[in-house]
Amino acid sequence: MSNALSFSDEQAMILDSAREFCREKSPVSAVRALLDSEHGYDPGTWEEMVALGWPSLAIPEEFGGAGLGFGSIVPIAESMGRALLSTPLFSTTLAAQAILRAGQSAHKEQWLPQLAAGTPATLALLDGGDWGAPTTHCAARRDGDNIVLEGEKWFVADAGVAQLFVAWCELQGESALLLVNRDQLAADAIQPHTLLDETKRAARVSFNGVSVPAAQLLDGAGANAVLRDLGLLGALLVAAEATGSTGACLDTVVDYLKTRKQFGQLIGSYQALKHPTVEMLCQLDSARSLIYHAATLLDETEATGELDTDTEIACRMAKAQAVEALTFAGDRAVQFHGGMGFTYECDAQLYIRRAQYAQQQFGDAWHHRKRLAALLLDAA
Amino acid sequence: MNSAVDAPSQNELDEFRGQVAAWLKDNKPADPGFLLPQTFMEVGSDQQLDFLREWQYKLWSAGYLGMAWPKEYGGQGVPAVFQVIADAEMRRAAVPIAFNVIGLGWAGPLILHRGTEEEKQKYLKNILSAEDIWCQGFSEPDHGSDLGNVQTRAVRDGDEYVINGTKIWTTMGNYAKYMILLARTNPEAERKYDGLSFFLSPMQVDGIDPRPIQKLTGEYGFTETFFTDARIPASCLMGEEGEGWKIAMQTLQYERGAEAGAAGGLMQVRVVIDDVIECLKGVTRDGQPLLEDPVIRDELVKLMIEEKAQGLSNRRAGIPALTSDYPFSLNLSGKLRSSEYARRMRKLAVAAQGAHGGLYVGDGNALDAGFWQRAYLNNFSTTIGGGTSQIQANIVGEHVLGLPK
Repeated sequence: MSNALSFSDEQAMILDSAREFCREKSPVSAVRALLDSEHGYDPGTWEEMVALGWPSLAIPEEFGGAGLGFGSIVPIAESMGRALLSTPLFSTTLAAQAILRAGQSAHKEQWLPQLAAGTPATLALLDGGDWGAPTTHCAARRDGDNIVLEGEKWFVADAGVAQLFVAWCELQGESALLLVNRDQLAADAIQPHTLLDETKRAARVSFNGVSVPAAQLLDGAGANAVLRDLGLLGALLVAAEATGSTGACLDTVVDYLKTRKQFGQLIGSYQALKHPTVEMLCQLDSARSLIYHAATLLDETEATGELDTDTEIACRMAKAQAVEALTFAGDRAVQFHGGMGFTYECDAQLYIRRAQYAQQQFGDAWHHRKRLAALLLDAA
Repeated sequence: MNSAVDAPSQNELDEFRGQVAAWLKDNKPADPGFLLPQTFMEVGSDQQLDFLREWQYKLWSAGYLGMAWPKEYGGQGVPAVFQVIADAEMRRAAVPIAFNVIGLGWAGPLILHRGTEEEKQKYLKNILSAEDIWCQGFSEPDHGSDLGNVQTRAVRDGDEYVINGTKIWTTMGNYAKYMILLARTNPEAERKYDGLSFFLSPMQVDGIDPRPIQKLTGEYGFTETFFTDARIPASCLMGEEGEGWKIAMQTLQYERGAEAGAAGGLMQVRVVIDDVIECLKGVTRDGQPLLEDPVIRDELVKLMIEEKAQGLSNRRAGIPALTSDYPFSLNLSGKLRSSEYARRMRKLAVAAQGAHGGLYVGDGNALDAGFWQRAYLNNFSTTIGGGTSQIQANIVGEHVLGLPK
């Protein structure tokens, strides 16, 4: 098993500037102001992120990207998580990876430059609530030169703004990935979910009766392998974001423990609060080491190559650890704030809601540990 | 120490690595038929002592111990990187520990760096050859790991110091010939640290009484060491009176290994989660292999993630851009994380054995001869010794997170 962990000066610069940008654009007041907005993000901030080139980082230069490798998104995702800053960056990045990994050159030439330039796109994977489902009920059939879909997708992130959907469907008994443009959907196709994490947006998207040219079908043969890899890349992004949020949650707890007095003492002096707070730090440290390990391996992998076993292990471990860390931190953050923690006004609610939401995205900790067990215990 | 020596070439190092590996392959001792200590704190019988003494002598005679120490004191006078390689190969070959740890890793380098010529001649070679076993007299019964509070008294009387007091957790106190001893020469000092002095004390002296402590494993390995008007030569004082704290702190620096000046050799047998899995391979549950049980698999994978993260965190500790959030977090929490992980891993290794988990060392049917049961119990020495996990958590909370005392 690989133990690679490196961080170049270039990555350090990305981390530094991403930190600074997110801190400036997304103070908690700005996060709260967006909680009940339609799309959950500030378009001006998104435009600036596009100008900084963030959606283009992992897209090869020949398609209008920066060609840096997927690992370069990790410091950005961590920084965004730290500031609870939501935008369609992750959805768009993952959709671009789907096209990059499964698309023919025509797809790449048409879409990747647009995505690199900030056109939001997203993956439409789930039929319901099961990230581990081996097949999809979203049925595709050929109808002349077109493909017609029957089915609905759930938890489609940023569906409200996405101009392009990469939908997982079943065509002639095989998994397939199909590009669907926004304007190919019915007018009422997108029904927003009410999410536990109010900084996020996702929707049910109906593909019933949608008919698109067969040319929008990505390479069929490798769809299952690409789906696995998209699941791993998605899990890593959620892990990196959750790791950042854990840091912010920890800082919130520490601030309170250093200022709140009860029974004449700063409550941070009580070991019953101090020790679990140290445990948050230790869990965070483990998560951080794992996400940057995965980033290191991804940067060593060819941009379109299938992810190897070490990388799979790294992404799954990162996801399992990061969401466990955030769930623990968020849970304790509410408790340690006492009565304040029970209010909507207290920031602890932002973290515990994000924790439980992040836990579910791209498979929860059990999902990944189950697959790790097969990789680690059944190999020999 | 060897700045004058040219850096060895990669070829030389590779060749050396091969040479050590070959020697270890030919000379790794056969299973003695009794459980060997996993750390130097577990040497509890004459049988174990004799075995380890012979092994260390063999290692030193072959030239693989104290390699960076000067030739005139029993070393090889080569750059420390050779010892680092030798240690790595010993770890790979899973050979027994070099058990004279207080000598090799604490007293030896200290004497080498600040001892007199006479002290170097007298002590160093015999530390390497395991002729002289060394122990450490820092902790006291009432003060745990709060070294600044050491109360054992040393009073100058002519050419001697008279020692009174009690030390505890003296590793191999009953076998040791010498002790590095921290004692109070000046109880009136303004700062408690300034009243301490450091001695290289003989152990076979009237008035020094090391009494073995029976550990929760049922075995021995430590003593409580009583000093009652024990007279040691005044020449045993290292440095000046009042320098004890400074010297003790310097001593602790050498723990970091050969590159910090220690003689080398394995200080402990490394145990990893793969060893647990190996042990559990034959165990069944509900008539099926235990390793196919989903609950156990989840528990094992949790530990594997933790072990992986620990190793990666050691690497991340060396990357400033990835440690600036919580400076020193990884360094200060290292002992807490690694000792608690080791405890949980060993706990599971026993708990998952089924009915075998209830057997102990000495029972012919115990898995791995009861290794895990003993290892679990012994591991509390790491979560308690050197500052308990609870004290470690206070240190991390206060120094890394800035939480109030």
